[in-house]
Amino acid sequence: MALLSKKDTSLILDPLSDNNPITIQVLGICSALAITAELKASIVMSISVLFVMGMGNVVISLMRNIIPSKIRIIVQLVVVATLVIIVDQVLKAFAYELSKTLSVFVGLIITNCIIMGRFEAFALANGTWRSFLDGIGNAAGYGVILIIIGFFRELLGSGTLLGYKVLGDPIAKTGLYAIGYENNGFMLLSPMALIVVGLIIWVQRSRNKDLIEEN
Amino acid sequence: MSLKNNLHQLKEKYKGKKMAPAFNALHTFLYSPNETTHSGSHIRVVDDLKRNMNTVIMSLIPVLLFGIFNAGYQHYAAVDAAKGIAREASLFGNFITWENFIMGAWTVLPLVIVSYGVGLTIEFIFAVIKGHEVEEGYLVTGMLVPLIVPIDTPLWMLAVAVVFGVVIGKEIFGGTGMNILNPALTIRAFLFFAYPTWMSGDKVWVHQAVDLAGGPDAISGETVLGYLAQGRGAEMSYSVADMFFGFIPGSVGETSTLLILLGGLFLLFTKIASWRIMLSAVIGSLVMGLIFNGVVAAGWIPEYSTFYGLMSFAYWKHLIVGGLAFGIVYMATDPVTGSQTNRGKWIYGFLIGFISVLIRVFNPAYPEGVFLAILLMNVFAPTIDHYVVKGNINKRLKRAKNAMVLPTDGEGKAEELKAETV
Repeated sequence: MALLSKKDTSLILDPLSDNNPITIQVLGICSALAITAELKASIVMSISVLFVMGMGNVVISLMRNIIPSKIRIIVQLVVVATLVIIVDQVLKAFAYELSKTLSVFVGLIITNCIIMGRFEAFALANGTWRSFLDGIGNAAGYGVILIIIGFFRELLGSGTLLGYKVLGDPIAKTGLYAIGYENNGFMLLSPMALIVVGLIIWVQRSRNKDLIEEN
Repeated sequence: MSLKNNLHQLKEKYKGKKMAPAFNALHTFLYSPNETTHSGSHIRVVDDLKRNMNTVIMSLIPVLLFGIFNAGYQHYAAVDAAKGIAREASLFGNFITWENFIMGAWTVLPLVIVSYGVGLTIEFIFAVIKGHEVEEGYLVTGMLVPLIVPIDTPLWMLAVAVVFGVVIGKEIFGGTGMNILNPALTIRAFLFFAYPTWMSGDKVWVHQAVDLAGGPDAISGETVLGYLAQGRGAEMSYSVADMFFGFIPGSVGETSTLLILLGGLFLLFTKIASWRIMLSAVIGSLVMGLIFNGVVAAGWIPEYSTFYGLMSFAYWKHLIVGGLAFGIVYMATDPVTGSQTNRGKWIYGFLIGFISVLIRVFNPAYPEGVFLAILLMNVFAPTIDHYVVKGNINKRLKRAKNAMVLPTDGEGKAEELKAETV
């Protein structure tokens, strides 16, 4: 038997495209708008969520038969809070500058709707391996969108990518700046991030017409 | 065969083709279509969308011409000022001159061309993709845009902003008539947030001031509001007449209150724009101005305060500086994005005037707020209408309920009953 059955593959691949947590389910928008002004922050945020989500789903799935359903939300919160604190401490220890950029938004992973949503909808009712795949898949779907947004916002807003001045130096007027190009300050503001999310949704739905809701 | 007949025949030939909407747009722009009504109402009025749009453009032409002359005038005035020569504005002496016109046309016309070129291209592309007719909505927007930006706005920035404004502000909502936000103001808001250095300060309002900055020939021109916001009102050399006739720096078309007023009267006369919105917006701004003047008179605000300069500005002068007059006449009255109900128009207009002056005084970064106020009220216009309509329904329901207590005919109340029923 192959490592991943057909169902397993779809658990990972569906959230990347046609069942994306951000563009289709419209969850986790807050962090997608708040921390995507830099590509690096987007990537780190994606990895953090990937860790919290993969581990969290596994833990909840392991405990699913012993969690009393009346207090399951509290149990889920404890699990996710523990994992988030681990991520936060690791960031503070090894990437202090970056953890300052992300500020409260690492802590706010706890309130990320995608995580609680997957705990409730999947991990409580499925086996460990599948829950792990589901967590990874959804976190990857979230991460892909974050990285796309972060890419455009940093490129057009600051003229850099991961801190490298890919478009030239705005002060010394080299590269594109020599011919009068200027950074788009609007890209660094959250409203523009929402518009970028909207544009991604637009592109996605015009490529796959099945996603368009009847109204 | 005339061009008109040729076009009528070509239309039949292109029917159903992919490029048909683009061709039809050109056709209907030049001539009235030769189609006749086949069903429904057979009476048509001639004041269609195209005529409405053209009327607004006609009312904008004087403003545009003035903007061209003023662009040149402000440039040469700033050059004189840098040399220490004081300049007295006189209409035929130093304002309407070839020198000013050539300088102004050379800088303003490219803005007009880019605005129309880029905007109409996008309209055509969307019409071809979506297979509907090209609507005339952009004709007015394209004329408004160059009038509300600073004179030296780089053309590529304007092009980017127009793409953003037309696509995000209009097309994704369904095109002309479906937009929530005024597209011209969306374009300006985009420029303002994306490239703030090109939209504020004392360099952008005068042609070439940015290029010459830092050199020996540096020139600058601060707007009236800019002076006041920095507490430098005393240095300002503009008289009330200058402000009213428009011999002051500012966005291309916003300076001449007189011509805007004439354009507004023309729009009212042709019944294109709503007098309710205009009047209530004027009242709103006066009320807010009076409140601020009252605060200053009461001594609640110290003279060293950042807001003192703008707050002590005489309330009625707010109407003749900055973009307030232009916004009230040409932007707030946009029939698509404004309120539709009569009572709603009063509320909508009043709040535009009120909030414009409020933002103008309290915005620390930029002493102007008309476009922000109008965009904000654009968003609220449907809500206002909703409650006005609902209020009316409730009123009439109540009236109907009261009328239900049926007095019999015998009591002589038949007349009363008739009057009560709607």
